[in-house]
Amino acid sequence: MTLTEYFIVIIVVLIFIVVFQIAKASEYVSVLKGEKKAFEQNNRINAFLMLVFLVVGLAAAWWCNKILYNKTLMGIPSASDHGVNIDTMMWITLGITGVVFVITQVLLFWFAYRYQSSENRKVFYYPHNNKLELLWTAVPAIALTVLVAFGLYYWFKITGDAPKNAMEVEVTGHQFGWEYRYPGKDNVLGRQSYKLVDPSKNNPLGQDWNDAANHDDLHPSELHLVKDKPVRLVIRSQDVIHDVGLPHFRLKMDAVPGTPTTMWFTPKVTTAEMKKITGNENFVYEIACDQMCGVGHYSMKGTIVVETQEEFDKWIAAQKPQFLTAHPDGVAPAAQSPASIIGAANAEMHAEGH
Amino acid sequence: MSNEALIQPGVISHEVHEHHDEHHHHETFISKYVFSQDHKMIAKQFLITGMIWAIIGGLMSVLFRIQLGYPDATLPWLEDIFGHWAKDGKITPEFYYALGTMHGTILVFFVLTAGLSGTFANLLIPFQVGARDMASPFLNMLSYWFFVLASIVMMSSLFVQTGPAAGGWTVYPPLSALGDASQGSKIGMDLWLTSMALFVVSQLLGGLNYVSTILNMRTKGMTMTRLPLTMWAIFFTAVLGLLSFPVLFSGFILLLFDRHLGTSFYLSDIVLAGKILPNEGGSPILYQHLFWFLGHPEVYIIILPTMGLVSEVMSINARKPIFGYMAMIASLFAIAVLSFLVWAHHMFVTGLNPFLGSVFVLLTLLIAVPSAIKVFNWLTTLWRGNIRFTPGMMFSIGFVSTFISGGLTGIYLGNSSLDLHVHDTYFVIAHFHIVMGVSAFMGMFAGIYHWFPKMYGRYMNNTLGYIHFWITLACAYIIFWPMHYEGFAGMPRRYYDYSNWESFKMFVELNRVISFAAILSFLVQLLFLFNFFYSLFKGRKVTTKNPWGANTLEWTTPIRPGHGNWPGEIPEVHRWAYDYGKDGRDFIPQTEPVSKDESTH
Repeated sequence: MTLTEYFIVIIVVLIFIVVFQIAKASEYVSVLKGEKKAFEQNNRINAFLMLVFLVVGLAAAWWCNKILYNKTLMGIPSASDHGVNIDTMMWITLGITGVVFVITQVLLFWFAYRYQSSENRKVFYYPHNNKLELLWTAVPAIALTVLVAFGLYYWFKITGDAPKNAMEVEVTGHQFGWEYRYPGKDNVLGRQSYKLVDPSKNNPLGQDWNDAANHDDLHPSELHLVKDKPVRLVIRSQDVIHDVGLPHFRLKMDAVPGTPTTMWFTPKVTTAEMKKITGNENFVYEIACDQMCGVGHYSMKGTIVVETQEEFDKWIAAQKPQFLTAHPDGVAPAAQSPASIIGAANAEMHAEGH
Repeated sequence: MSNEALIQPGVISHEVHEHHDEHHHHETFISKYVFSQDHKMIAKQFLITGMIWAIIGGLMSVLFRIQLGYPDATLPWLEDIFGHWAKDGKITPEFYYALGTMHGTILVFFVLTAGLSGTFANLLIPFQVGARDMASPFLNMLSYWFFVLASIVMMSSLFVQTGPAAGGWTVYPPLSALGDASQGSKIGMDLWLTSMALFVVSQLLGGLNYVSTILNMRTKGMTMTRLPLTMWAIFFTAVLGLLSFPVLFSGFILLLFDRHLGTSFYLSDIVLAGKILPNEGGSPILYQHLFWFLGHPEVYIIILPTMGLVSEVMSINARKPIFGYMAMIASLFAIAVLSFLVWAHHMFVTGLNPFLGSVFVLLTLLIAVPSAIKVFNWLTTLWRGNIRFTPGMMFSIGFVSTFISGGLTGIYLGNSSLDLHVHDTYFVIAHFHIVMGVSAFMGMFAGIYHWFPKMYGRYMNNTLGYIHFWITLACAYIIFWPMHYEGFAGMPRRYYDYSNWESFKMFVELNRVISFAAILSFLVQLLFLFNFFYSLFKGRKVTTKNPWGANTLEWTTPIRPGHGNWPGEIPEVHRWAYDYGKDGRDFIPQTEPVSKDESTH
């Protein structure tokens, strides 16, 4: 430990001792003064502090909002159409809960201050009031119905079927990174099986090369999306559960091994436009893994580029199908039925002793 | 138990024998302090074991907050203490994740479930229903010792070479099922599962006792609707635990099978570290259903007892009956029932069927209604009262404040469309820490300060109590309030370092402030512990049976009750527990018969 660290420890211990001595002394003083007087004094101080806490607390909440608001996404428009709905929903909820929060906290601390013990007050024996209780059952129920109605309306819109013109992209997570697969010219993602996964043979996604639909599938290192064109993500995981977290699009979906999931949305703002909106030259849409997936969880990052159709067309034309990377001569291996390939993979596994 | 005996362990107090002739067995040190079957002693054992766990769990949060607040700092003393876990004075990612996982496990289960229910159910049930002890004192003792066993196993996992479980306190498979997926999923995970299985046994033994004692051993005149709200709250808590812990247990057993017997309950289609695993047909989502079927009731297992404690302490110190006693019971009941029907709201983004999701949205937001009723009833209890700010009362007010703050954010998370945005971000951390962390601790502190005189025949130091309260409340808000903003930025939880993320790296200073407040609040808890143990031996002595002027039965027992609680007959009950300020009288104990000219309500 360094000298400063020893110093900090010593100071903390000293503060402890001082606080404790004061507390002990105050107890003796209260015995000397008489329990009743000491109680009254403590009660007045604490009642006053209740009021102070309320005022300082509300002011601090306001100040906190002032300095942090612009660091959040609240002031930045959502990059997806679904996100716009979610933001609306967020503001409605903030409004309702905000009002309830302020009213209840003010009442709580005000009552605490106002009704501090006093010899002159006779307490009001008030065990129940059915009308009042019915009122505050009904009012929250109505408010919550509104929130549920809005929430579910958007929920079904977001989780409903993707539009027919949506482009499809497969996103696969593994410890600790993301892989993307585009269907290529035929617009069909070829068959794949986890049993065929073999990065050493340039097949990190387990594509079945006997399926011709695979021959034009692309495997770029970034996810490129087109502004105003709906996209449907097919999300897979190869090992543990991951999550495709898209904060700027206000969306999330888990990647679950064995169970592909889907999510669709329409990007609204290109990366270039977002750079201007945020005033941040380095702005980039990031995919954050949002499900604890192991020791590298915090570094499991992906990049999304949202661009115009022209830019996208240019980019995708430059991508090389994974099939050609795996088969530089451009010829598929002798045709085998997929079943026999999978069988072979199994045999290989058993040979390895698993 | 006498206080003198506690100061000089081994000395058998004569008082014990004087006070109740019906228990003439000879007590030894072992039977009195170790394998005790006295509910009061078992309560203290649970409390002190819980405190030890709370220090360990709290210290873990201090360590990972150091990493979050000072990601670039090198602190050589960390390496001195933790060796390769803090290589070059920096907490390693493995260590960080192990700390977070164990912090969650310890605080949720060992402190706020066993430490909280174990303490107050054991202490208060026989006292407040008017019984000499629990229905089965022996099972009660076993419950504590199973908890100790679970604690020992969990503690030992901290010392194995590959470290304790590190996949988050929910231990989702496949991460937790495959040793190759994470260091923490090796032997540490087996110890974790074993410990939790023992823990479930402890909870079930305790829960059976709580339910049967409350139902069967009430004294004459103590009808169910005359029970103090603490009893109702503990009763529902115990029922929740009995119905949901076995499901968790089954989930853990299946996970153990997947780990060691080659089954595929949770595993399918996995390629890990270049190896293609043979498992097929399982679903990791099945585990999540089993886990959250306990996991959600669990948060109510934590908060319901504190609701009971707070209702009681608040009514006593406002010198006014709790408002809407029947509505309080009804809302406890509603919360208990609904808590079983909302578990999948933790799983909106797992690919759950959207229609199923919508049902869970509806049921989840429904739970806000009974919660709102309780808050309004507490507020009305304060209204026109005559409030005494004992430390217990102040923590009760703190409880209501944090329960409101944390409860309202549940409305965001329970609404599936909003959950898409804030799920697994700091918003979630803020939400559940305020509502079931801070709030539950506030309730627990209220209980400890309030019943300390009953437990030890002495008072805790008030001034230290006030300091403890104000700093804890302020720090709680400083720590968790700004986290909502981090959540609104989409900042994911369980990240070791944010500096490489363009989207999340702007909160460096804020994280430092939060870490500072977290460390300060941890130190203040040490002050509380110091107050507790100091007052146990040197606190001001209680001189009257009923120091708070309370109505319930525990305050009719001697100041230091022996085994059996009442020296003579168990008193008979004639009224509910909340006749404060009635007909101009400050309080009317439950044991006083209703007189003819008394007003009715």
